[in-house]
Amino acid sequence: MNFELTEEQKMLRDMVRRFSEEQVKPRAKEIDEKCEIPQEIIKQLAELGLMGIHVPEEYGGSGLNYVAYSMVVEELSRACASTGVLVSAHTSLVVDPILKYGTEEQKKKFLVPLAKGEKIGAHAMTEPGAGTDVTSISTTAKRDGDYYILNGTKHFITNAREADIFLVFAMTDKEKKHKGMSAFIVEKGIPGFEITKYEHKLGIRGSSTGELVFEDCKIPAENRLGEEGQGFYIAMYCYDGGRIGIAAQAVGIAQAAFEEAVEFAKTRVQFGQPIANFQAIQFKLADMATLIEAARLLYLKAAWLKDQGIPSFYKLSAMAKLFASDVAMKVTREAIQVHGGYGYTTDYDVERHYRDAKITEIYEGTAEAQRLTIARALLKEM
Amino acid sequence: MKAICFVKSVPDTETRVKLAGDRLDKSEIKYILNPYDEFAVEEAVRKKEAGIVDEIVVVSMGPARAQEAIRSALAMGADRGVHIEDDSLDGSDAYATAKVLVEALKKEGGLDTFQLLMFGQRAIDGDTWTVPSMVAEMLGIPSVCNIVKLDIDGNKAVAVRMVEGGEEVFEVELPAVFAGRKGLNEPRYPSLPNIMKAKRKPINKYTLADLGIDAGTVGKAGSFTEVLKYELPPARQAGRKVEGEPEEVVEELIKFLKEEAKVL
Repeated sequence: MNFELTEEQKMLRDMVRRFSEEQVKPRAKEIDEKCEIPQEIIKQLAELGLMGIHVPEEYGGSGLNYVAYSMVVEELSRACASTGVLVSAHTSLVVDPILKYGTEEQKKKFLVPLAKGEKIGAHAMTEPGAGTDVTSISTTAKRDGDYYILNGTKHFITNAREADIFLVFAMTDKEKKHKGMSAFIVEKGIPGFEITKYEHKLGIRGSSTGELVFEDCKIPAENRLGEEGQGFYIAMYCYDGGRIGIAAQAVGIAQAAFEEAVEFAKTRVQFGQPIANFQAIQFKLADMATLIEAARLLYLKAAWLKDQGIPSFYKLSAMAKLFASDVAMKVTREAIQVHGGYGYTTDYDVERHYRDAKITEIYEGTAEAQRLTIARALLKEM
Repeated sequence: MKAICFVKSVPDTETRVKLAGDRLDKSEIKYILNPYDEFAVEEAVRKKEAGIVDEIVVVSMGPARAQEAIRSALAMGADRGVHIEDDSLDGSDAYATAKVLVEALKKEGGLDTFQLLMFGQRAIDGDTWTVPSMVAEMLGIPSVCNIVKLDIDGNKAVAVRMVEGGEEVFEVELPAVFAGRKGLNEPRYPSLPNIMKAKRKPINKYTLADLGIDAGTVGKAGSFTEVLKYELPPARQAGRKVEGEPEEVVEELIKFLKEEAKVL
């Protein structure tokens, strides 16, 4: 067993940490307030090769792996959770499935610009009537010669504002239930596709969340990803990997809140001494650090298993996401408690971390759905 | 033309310095590429991007970790590295270091090959500020240190450095040594693809024997200065609170400024 990072992983982590500290963190408050990630940050992410970390170089990526990618999401999220999820949703939910299921043509046309960060991806599954129960989506895609005609509404779509390429899931055969779902690569700006509104949210406010409406939207048949009826399996593949990204995001949020709590505890004086001298505070800090370390090891193991191509990684990724999102909630809550009244104000960042943490228990499968995945996997194994 | 950048692996600025007796405890130090050297490497890379420089070699003297500093410079865009590692180098001061760097330069082709010799103004650990000028002196070429601007035209360079109240502009013939400081440029973050490429770039390794240097002329033996011991600065004293009526407080404060702080 070896916990040491490779030289490239170390250099990557140092670079992303420095970039995050210097370029992203100083703007995190503004990103939260204005509900928008500045274009120049997205451009820098692309220039630094962070939009296709695990994609082979021949397809415009950086040629590393999922471990490196998830570390990057943690570091970015430590500075700004909205920026972290922009990279995570783009990579796990759009880049990764095209890398796995795309034809050579699709990879050249879509994967290369996505991996280079010249284009941003968004994943469109959720609908007003279909959240965790993805098989109940009502968006349809009817074959019409060399095209599919897309009709329906998608909502809560992450990266909707920034994205150029959408991976849209629709029923090609409602009768066949989950085996009648297909996935389509849809480019922004084509007729019949509109973004009709953006949500106002509690946290990750810089990450855009949009509603997409498709009205007789003609999609070239060559833009279907995978086979007809393979959509459900592609989606599950996306989420199995995506959970690692969200777990990493949750750890990044928790790490930021923890560091701020330590800093505050060492400088805040009450009863004539820094509150870090009090056991009540020390125990909180000890618990926070322990939870974060455990959550980090869990997501790294899940990422490592995925890199090794071990199919059962999905159980670990569900565990990592379940645990890390819970850790993010606990740690950010306690970080506010350490800050006392100051932590409740927007003068400190811990309130933002607390708001940002909540979504990690919900998106890419709720905590409850993760437990189902884990239980089903282990009952099948044992 | 070719550029050669001399770089150093130094403790990260966030390192908490710890002592083991009167020596540095190096066990938990995280090392980085000296931040001032980043200005030197960045400038060379920009000159390459501008078509002025066609190859950039990065040289570092030091233990195995010096290689990480070289890799960082390679990830910023330098082409290949030179690493000088030898146990006998331990204890080398600025003078001994300059001697070794000069020999490494000669080994790589000397001034017939390299016209642009780049340094960071200072290393954030030893902070001697002297190696660039020493190397220039030993080679008998001009040096302009502490520069914030460097323009190259043919075999001439115009370098600008800040002085109190203005700028000094130097025109020098190449080859020459330049030492950069903050303001020369904004060093780039090494992109991930460049980090991956850096792994495949070659690093030549030299020992003292490879450079034809007698071990007795470098290291502790070949140095003019020697570090006798390390001491932490005295711990910060707690502030003093002056209490009482405003008149008394002001009087007390003036007395303090005159007698203790001696600033009035």
